[in-house]
Amino acid sequence: MIRFAIFIIMILLLLPNITYGIQRFPPPEFETGHELPVPTVPFPRSDFLEYTDVVVLLVTLILASYIALKKRTRKGLLFLGIFSLIYFGFWRKGCICPIGAIQNISLALFNKSYIAPITAIAFFILPLAFTLFFGRTFCASVCPLGAIQDIFVIRPIKVPYWLENSLGLLPYLYLGAGVLFSATGSAFIICEYDPFVSFFRRSGRASILILGACFLLIGMFVGRPYCRFLCPYSVLLRLMSLASKWHVRITPSECIKCRLCEDSCPFGAIRKPTQEKPKDKTLGKKAFTLAILIMPLLIVVGAYLGVRSGTTLSHVNPKVRLAERVWLEDNSKVGDTTDASVAFRGSGRAKEELYSEVIKINERFAKASGIFGGFMGLVISAKMIQLFIRRKRLDYEADRSQCVSCGRCFAYCPVVKSKDLDHE
Amino acid sequence: MKEEKEKLTKRDFIKDGIRGLCLLGMGGLLGSLVNRARASDLVWQLDPYKCVQCGKCADNCVLEVSAVKCVHIFSLCGYCRLCTGYFNPQPNALNTAAENQLCPLGAIKRTYVEDPYYEYTIDEPLCIGCGKCVKGCYSFGNGSLFLQVRHDRCLNCNDCSIARGCPSGAYRRIPANSPYLFKGVEQKA
Repeated sequence: MIRFAIFIIMILLLLPNITYGIQRFPPPEFETGHELPVPTVPFPRSDFLEYTDVVVLLVTLILASYIALKKRTRKGLLFLGIFSLIYFGFWRKGCICPIGAIQNISLALFNKSYIAPITAIAFFILPLAFTLFFGRTFCASVCPLGAIQDIFVIRPIKVPYWLENSLGLLPYLYLGAGVLFSATGSAFIICEYDPFVSFFRRSGRASILILGACFLLIGMFVGRPYCRFLCPYSVLLRLMSLASKWHVRITPSECIKCRLCEDSCPFGAIRKPTQEKPKDKTLGKKAFTLAILIMPLLIVVGAYLGVRSGTTLSHVNPKVRLAERVWLEDNSKVGDTTDASVAFRGSGRAKEELYSEVIKINERFAKASGIFGGFMGLVISAKMIQLFIRRKRLDYEADRSQCVSCGRCFAYCPVVKSKDLDHE
Repeated sequence: MKEEKEKLTKRDFIKDGIRGLCLLGMGGLLGSLVNRARASDLVWQLDPYKCVQCGKCADNCVLEVSAVKCVHIFSLCGYCRLCTGYFNPQPNALNTAAENQLCPLGAIKRTYVEDPYYEYTIDEPLCIGCGKCVKGCYSFGNGSLFLQVRHDRCLNCNDCSIARGCPSGAYRRIPANSPYLFKGVEQKA
């Protein structure tokens, strides 16, 4: 409020100079008493409707969790997914979504000048909180991006474990980059390269439309490619899901290891029971220790590489690009000008001011991309450690971090629910 | 079997702890954000004083016809007979013939008020937000024509693609309850 008041006062102070500066022709005084028309001010969507979106999100999350965990019907999840696709996708045109809200949150956390709207915060937090209790039911049938891909799963092939695991690093990279660029106020890349939002709006850049079509095409054979190998929000959901209180189970009561569900998951999230004993325990233990030992090394290397690439990464920031352009033009390294440099020179701002601002941005980038690099090092080494952890599994189970609770496996389990064995 | 159960409860205990920590973290995040959150949403708007009339608003919007359109503040207008926002630089005659008009869509209506004053009104459904008239008015006139994001059309994308391509950085997020940056309006108030 105070900020707004200051803004108004600033405008009031500035305005006379500016307006009179361009008031070349005085407004006429009409003899006929002509009334000046007033321009219309159509208002944006009301706050009430924005809050309605949050309520719809909450209701669909509750429904999805209920259907996945209690009702256990694939059909219900499918219909709810189609509803979400229509509401959050085609009706709300894909904005705002929890995936994109990551950037609003990080911008709000690192930039004091940006204050996040409550709707953005709610969209970010609610699915995480639900996942912490019920697993990734958000992915099952609330996320419009998940829903559109889920419909396109036609003939899924099995992605080899090593490929799945290594491609699984991409979401971490995307999340890190998304946070880095939004925290420095440079760009919202997660929104910029959202492959499906053009479908939701039924207009957009040709490149993104083609990208979206490619994702859907691949999605026919590799189930949910965006969710599994790119979605930055899935990183957070995976971690939450690992600690979730309840989770979708393949069997309604007790697994009889009939193997019928083995190939039912199009997303490769079903884990077989472990073999009785691994062949050589010492080798695994050695590798495990080694993986833990090189963790600090990987983090340091990542951080070093991050700091080194900070200057390159900072070119995503438009101010950095502008400053470089202005410098190049001043030192006659380039012959022409750009719209941005002409606009800057026309604005009357001092070059030194821009340069010093950009130096500050660069410093922030060095720090932030150092953290980003360290984070990637941590992720890679954690993935390596995870490879050597053998957990005993007696039944066929859904991998908590990978399972999107779509409910396809329910129908494959021949075990009928009995009242006595209802609870875990 | 008993050992198995004990192990399981141990694991559950750890899981409960992690879940508690996650909830605590989320609560902390929520607290720190909501503490200074705004109840009202934010919308994109362009500052007419920073606009350089480059014409990118017309092309960069995700909508087929841009959400940015020309707005006319009549109280700033000089009601000129020779309007440099309406006529092309070398008009054959000062009349409403199409060849004299600057607007490629013919979206400005010119009506006679009284001698020597003419009123210029934007036919909004026709306007594509190219800013040609804005440039003409700004360069030689009062600058009473300028571009604004029209919020009945704007989808309010989280990442505005016009803002991304704006060369002068004229776009910013402003509160949805006062979604316009009109020239001269504050002065009148």
